[in-house]
Amino acid sequence: MTVIEVRNLAKRYGETVAVRDVSFSVEPGEIFGILGPNGAGKTTTVECISGLRTPDSGAITVLGHRAGDKALRSRVGVQLQESELQDKLTVREALELYSSFYPNPADWRGLVGDLGLTAKVKTRYGKLSGGQKQRLSIALALLGNPEIAILDELTTGLDPQARRDTWDLISGIRDRGVTLLLVTHFMEEAERLCDRIAVIDKGEVVALDTPGGLVQRAGDEQRIRFRPSVDFADELLTELPEVRELRRQGSRIEVVGSGNLLHAVISVLARDGIVAAELTLEQASLDDAFVHLTRGE
Amino acid sequence: MSVFLKLTLTELKITFREPVYIFFTLLFPVLLIAILGNVPTMQETPPELGGLRLIDVYAGLALGLAIGIIGLQGLPSVLATYRERGILRRLATTPVRPGLLLGAQLAMNLLTVLVSAVLVYTVANLAFDVPIPESPLLLLVAILLNCSGAFAVGLLLAAVAPSGKTANAIGTFLFFPLMFLAGLWVPRELMPELLRRLGDFTPFAAGQDLMTDALAGQSPAFLSITVLIGYLVICGAAAVKFFRWE
Repeated sequence: MTVIEVRNLAKRYGETVAVRDVSFSVEPGEIFGILGPNGAGKTTTVECISGLRTPDSGAITVLGHRAGDKALRSRVGVQLQESELQDKLTVREALELYSSFYPNPADWRGLVGDLGLTAKVKTRYGKLSGGQKQRLSIALALLGNPEIAILDELTTGLDPQARRDTWDLISGIRDRGVTLLLVTHFMEEAERLCDRIAVIDKGEVVALDTPGGLVQRAGDEQRIRFRPSVDFADELLTELPEVRELRRQGSRIEVVGSGNLLHAVISVLARDGIVAAELTLEQASLDDAFVHLTRGE
Repeated sequence: MSVFLKLTLTELKITFREPVYIFFTLLFPVLLIAILGNVPTMQETPPELGGLRLIDVYAGLALGLAIGIIGLQGLPSVLATYRERGILRRLATTPVRPGLLLGAQLAMNLLTVLVSAVLVYTVANLAFDVPIPESPLLLLVAILLNCSGAFAVGLLLAAVAPSGKTANAIGTFLFFPLMFLAGLWVPRELMPELLRRLGDFTPFAAGQDLMTDALAGQSPAFLSITVLIGYLVICGAAAVKFFRWE
């Protein structure tokens, strides 16, 4: 059974097409990422799934209901970009108030502990830092014990430590059986957290795969650089099927290839008693995949 | 506790952390009465007032001032800010409808006006012998109708203003002429005919007439009731139609 099913979603604001044609489905218990450049239609897509916007065409089913069905509001937790609270409301008051909205709320003390906000429960919202506001926002999204949590740009504005803490928290939430839909533009975040990623560009899904699968699409190109202890003929390495190209830069050698390149090169060098000093290996990353997939024509 | 009650209490709590709000809605009206009550001419009974003293009329005006400030300045700027800051949008993702927060704001403000009314009439009665209306029910109806006109205008302002700042600016712009027509500077009964007629169709003036009627023990003026219900229905419906939640 799929938890979220989006079919041929389209949404425009006046003349501007925000989402042209987006389809994907999310399986129970997975962390599904939506990745894309600014203005790609990520937020509009999750707003339609959250029921905040009505699609112009296409169908969205969430937990067996049509998106926007009021039965979903207590089963789906949503953290939106740029949603604030009243400045004079304390963290505790906000959590207690929002707890009263749900039939089966989580214990907010536990959530606040997990999010590192325990020391701030008496602080007013207006006095919180950007990162603390963001963490409170995540807590509010999880307060109703949702089956699905939709988190839009969840670590934007967090410092690197807080970002890593939040990632741990997200993994913890998934372990409780919550399905997560994450919108992000951080490659590292998508790579670390997501089981599958839909890359959206100009309102369309341009790729849908695991993080590893996306990287492979960018090309499996690898690059090894090293300084050999003794010189050797190019053919020694260029004869290997894994090697595509060999370049010399002074005393340094650069080998470009694919497959099990590193193993093949090192084996040959070792056989001939050549030591490779200052060796580095560069592989395609999700960054490369992203640029490759969303590059303008 | 019902969600609506909890929302209303929360709004009450955070609003009362705003010293400016407390000052203008609870303190200022009492202060105004205390100052005016000590002005000798306020004890006069111009024949136009039908036996009432000037200070008697000003008790209603002082409360009307609080109602006007809430309706034109508090309510619209708070609601427009709630929209601007995505508070209404966040609520829309929960089982609670954002409209409930609007309701909580209205309830909270109404409660404040009622407390202010008790303060104003207690001080006015004890210090300056302003009579307590024979029928408190009529006074309550007058206050409720006065609030419904002002709050409906405020809701419409909140609905159409693009931001909290704009809402506040439009509210302030409307506040002074409307308060003038309600008789804050010269009581309506002493105004030239034209200004009084003009005032008949504005919300604060109509509300003030009902307050005076209740104090004098007269049956409330039909025109004033009609005008206020008209504002409630027309501005209320327009606010519902045009209200943007984000």
